[in-house]
Amino acid sequence: MIARLILAALACLLVAFLLTPQSFAWLFVPLTKNGAPPIYTQTGLLSLTLSHLGLVALASLASTIVAVGLGVLVTRPAGREFLPLARTITSIGQTFPPVAVLALAVPAMGFGAGPTLVALFLYGLLPIFENTLTALQNLPPSVIEAARGMGLTRRQRLLQVELPLALPVILAGVRLSVVISLATATIGSTVAAHTLGEVIIAGLLSANTAFVVQGGLIVGLIAVLIYEGFQQVEKATARRIGQMQQE
Amino acid sequence: MIRIENLSKTYGDTTVVQPVSLTIEKGHIAALVGTSGSGKTTLLRMINRLVEPSSGKVWIGDEDAATIAPHLLRRRIGYAIQGHGLFPHRTLAQNIAMVPQLLGWKPRDISDRVDELLTLFQLDPARFRDRMPHQLSGGQQQRVGVARALAARPEVLLMDEPFGALDPVIRAKAQDDLRDIQRQLGTTLVIVTHDMEEAVTLGDRIAVMDKGVLLQYGPPTEILTHPATPFVEALIGKAERPFRLLSLSHIGDIAVPGEAEGPALPRDTSARDALAQCLWLGRDRLAVQGGGVVTLEALRTRAKGDGA
Repeated sequence: MIARLILAALACLLVAFLLTPQSFAWLFVPLTKNGAPPIYTQTGLLSLTLSHLGLVALASLASTIVAVGLGVLVTRPAGREFLPLARTITSIGQTFPPVAVLALAVPAMGFGAGPTLVALFLYGLLPIFENTLTALQNLPPSVIEAARGMGLTRRQRLLQVELPLALPVILAGVRLSVVISLATATIGSTVAAHTLGEVIIAGLLSANTAFVVQGGLIVGLIAVLIYEGFQQVEKATARRIGQMQQE
Repeated sequence: MIRIENLSKTYGDTTVVQPVSLTIEKGHIAALVGTSGSGKTTLLRMINRLVEPSSGKVWIGDEDAATIAPHLLRRRIGYAIQGHGLFPHRTLAQNIAMVPQLLGWKPRDISDRVDELLTLFQLDPARFRDRMPHQLSGGQQQRVGVARALAARPEVLLMDEPFGALDPVIRAKAQDDLRDIQRQLGTTLVIVTHDMEEAVTLGDRIAVMDKGVLLQYGPPTEILTHPATPFVEALIGKAERPFRLLSLSHIGDIAVPGEAEGPALPRDTSARDALAQCLWLGRDRLAVQGGGVVTLEALRTRAKGDGA
């Protein structure tokens, strides 16, 4: 209950800050030197935040579709041999530094949102893929056996039984991926994508700590709120299928 | 009716089931008994093609099971397993409705059937229809598992250790209920169990399997009195044999004219329970409802397998 109140308060604070950043200027003044501006105004913070969230949402959606698709594929009898390949691809996606992806993608795609989307997409695959795999490989055997024995086709088993039961664990993977992407998206601004990274980079270039802190704070707050939101949805789905005790 | 002809299963060099032939009459219960690894579950799963036979045929009625697409075959055959396998994300009504839905029944018929089955298994439809499986007790879950298997009125019901996870008291009740319902519906039932007691209680015929070989197939009395091999004898358990034999007859069938003191027992009391009463009360005869007595002498004869 207290945790929920704190979260609600944080959400209100975030919205208030994004709508009227200047009313919080007094907070950031102590972090500035030589009368530098305490609030970033080159681009509106709200517009940067929305564009940041849009990029993350788009990239995460693509990661989710591809990673869940891969997870489903390699757990089917016909796709089992692709498991090592899928593992390699998703692991490379995670270990290859996003900065390097940006550097490689810019010559091909030019500056802007494109390279960032690619970097986030690749970076976000692994948690979703691994969770999908774990979930689909650890379904209750008696339920799967019953589904086969009752005459559900493969497709019916997947859509009506396996994926609904795997949902909470898959969602946990999406949650990790989204939170990682939220933070990683900031580097997109090095190649001119509109993200909150712009604020941080501006702060670094002009030695204005206030900018760095407000950019970081907004990203951090959004990450916490999204993380909690996802957890609520996961709990609700898990509770529905009886995997978790009532709180 | 199920006819199994030379059905076998091999994985590579390992033979899990040696060619087996047996027939289960319509409306009868066949119990497949054996230790784990005896091939009894594999044999059962070959009937609805969850396991594809390496050789041999299964006839369901006069249809060759191999000529029906596996998922269509399975929709015609009820299947209930240990740990019930209910879909945890679906309500009881949705669980029971699964196969009728797959078969394209009308929603109205499906909902009527769900209520009918819940009532048959002593679960009030109004209270239970919309519950989730995890909200039920183990015994209730198991009943819903069987109800679901019977939903589309299959002629044949296959059960793999359906009562394995239940405690003894609930298990005995579940067995009684199953037998009643099976008699009522006339379903042909094949049940796999490792428990000879359960096989004797439920089976019209018992098939004993060991190491993939069918050792003996016959009525319980025959298995108990004339075990075909030492293994069958061991599975029966020498110490248990007289009691298992007694559990097969009712005192109504062995009552003789006479008088006895004390309250009369119902005619469908098992001879086993009557013997227990004799020993406990220290009497050598008990009154039977509707006249007559059952004597310790008669029970003793039964326990030796004579006159059965």
